[in-house]
Amino acid sequence: MINPMVARLITRIGYPLFGLVVILGAWVLACWLGNLPTVVLPTPDKVFHAFIARFDLLMSEGWVTVKETLYGFLLAIVIGIPLAVAIANSRPLNLMFYPLLIALQSVPKVALAPIILVWLGTGMESKLAIVWLVAFFPIIVDTVAGLRSTPRELLELADSLRASPMQVFLKVQFPAALPFVITGAKVAITLAVIGAVIGEFVGASEGLGFLLLSATSQLDTPLAFAALFALSFLGIAAYLLVELAEKLAEPWLPPSSQRH
Amino acid sequence: MAFGTIRNVRKVFSAGELISRSREPVVALDDASFDFEQGQLVALLGPSGCGKTTLLRIVAGLISKTSGSVNIGGREVTEPLGDYGFVFQSPSLMPWRSVVDNVLFPMEILKNNNKAARARANELLGLVGLSNFAHARPHQLSGGMQQRVALCRALIHQPKLLLMDEPFGALDELTRLEMNDLLLRIRRETGASVLFVTHSISEAIYLSDKVIVFSRRPARVAREIQIDLPYPRSQRTRFTAAFTEAERIASEALGVLPPGSEAETETGAAS
Repeated sequence: MINPMVARLITRIGYPLFGLVVILGAWVLACWLGNLPTVVLPTPDKVFHAFIARFDLLMSEGWVTVKETLYGFLLAIVIGIPLAVAIANSRPLNLMFYPLLIALQSVPKVALAPIILVWLGTGMESKLAIVWLVAFFPIIVDTVAGLRSTPRELLELADSLRASPMQVFLKVQFPAALPFVITGAKVAITLAVIGAVIGEFVGASEGLGFLLLSATSQLDTPLAFAALFALSFLGIAAYLLVELAEKLAEPWLPPSSQRH
Repeated sequence: MAFGTIRNVRKVFSAGELISRSREPVVALDDASFDFEQGQLVALLGPSGCGKTTLLRIVAGLISKTSGSVNIGGREVTEPLGDYGFVFQSPSLMPWRSVVDNVLFPMEILKNNNKAARARANELLGLVGLSNFAHARPHQLSGGMQQRVALCRALIHQPKLLLMDEPFGALDELTRLEMNDLLLRIRRETGASVLFVTHSISEAIYLSDKVIVFSRRPARVAREIQIDLPYPRSQRTRFTAAFTEAERIASEALGVLPPGSEAETETGAAS
């Protein structure tokens, strides 16, 4: 009989691992059967080799992309949350800007990247602006939604005790909105990585996006794939960072079954 | 003068204020007047949506009245006075706080969250039989238990007046009966006055010193019924002649029972 712990380990790790093997197998098979040249599709081992051989390069370029992603994301939080509070608490501001925010959310903001580059140049600033732009909307829209979903009874309860606006915000509205803020942050961090890469595509001299472009232009496809993997790891790590923040905020969150 | 005086209170919601697409103003409360003494439990009984909840919110100072006057303990109410307890139909606990921290919420707002408050919170939780759940989260509790926590939260700052808006309306019948007895016990121990909104005739009579029956919207006071059943009451009280008689009067005032002699009613029931 199989120990239940082992059984769980097999389900939790064994199956995903098996899925990965299937995909890798299909990849290798495609390379062999199609007789594809390395420039078109390198075999996994060549990509792995490139990843190891150029690890220092990937790390240094990756670090640039990490900085762009995280700084832009933090900027989106630092600017987005106070603005959301202002919009949620002021009826005129709400009427003026909330419909606009919703409308702008569906605009492909990466399309603005070339213009932002014209304004801010090819350095860090333009990347921060692009990342900020894509991450800002989910954060502000979700935070406003969260603040506005505060149960009326709780606001009345605070009111009946003559709570100050600051007390209402800190003890009722913000905790009630926190699950929404986290949902917004999770969407935002994923978009932030995309924003950083787009910014680097449009015009940059460093970063993983830039490395990807220059590798393909030199027909160094294994390096391009290695950069792609590095980007995926970066994206996953950034997402896990937000999940870690969520774990730390656990005491102030409703049970996960009731979260939005 | 009585502890609480409600005089000719009228509330008209302007067009679109209550229901966003209504084009006409809604008269929620036409003319409500009644008095109550300190320590009395008064039930506001009426059909749902008749404006009794509106009246409760006006008494709490949460919404303004169009005309009339509300005077509680010698103070005219125009804004929240800060020393009421409020219990809503839903428990409305904060899911991010433990049970005891939910109870202590008013003390935090009143900047009075000290050792004595903590002791009182635990004492109240003991009173409602939830001592073992002080550090649980609200979602781990049943609906009735959550409403008991809400009751503790309403009592923590020792309010002189407890406003209850159909607090047991969402509970199952058995839990509701238990909660009725609990409320009577708590009232006895705290001496607080209670205004209790309900649409259950028997609940209104079982609990209160006085039942104010409201008509359909726009609400007016249709009848004031003194309930002379002696306290402490028990579930046996429900099966006394005086209780049934009070139920009959209230049913007539509500219009659910056509006025008539008792003999006629009995034949009606038998056929």
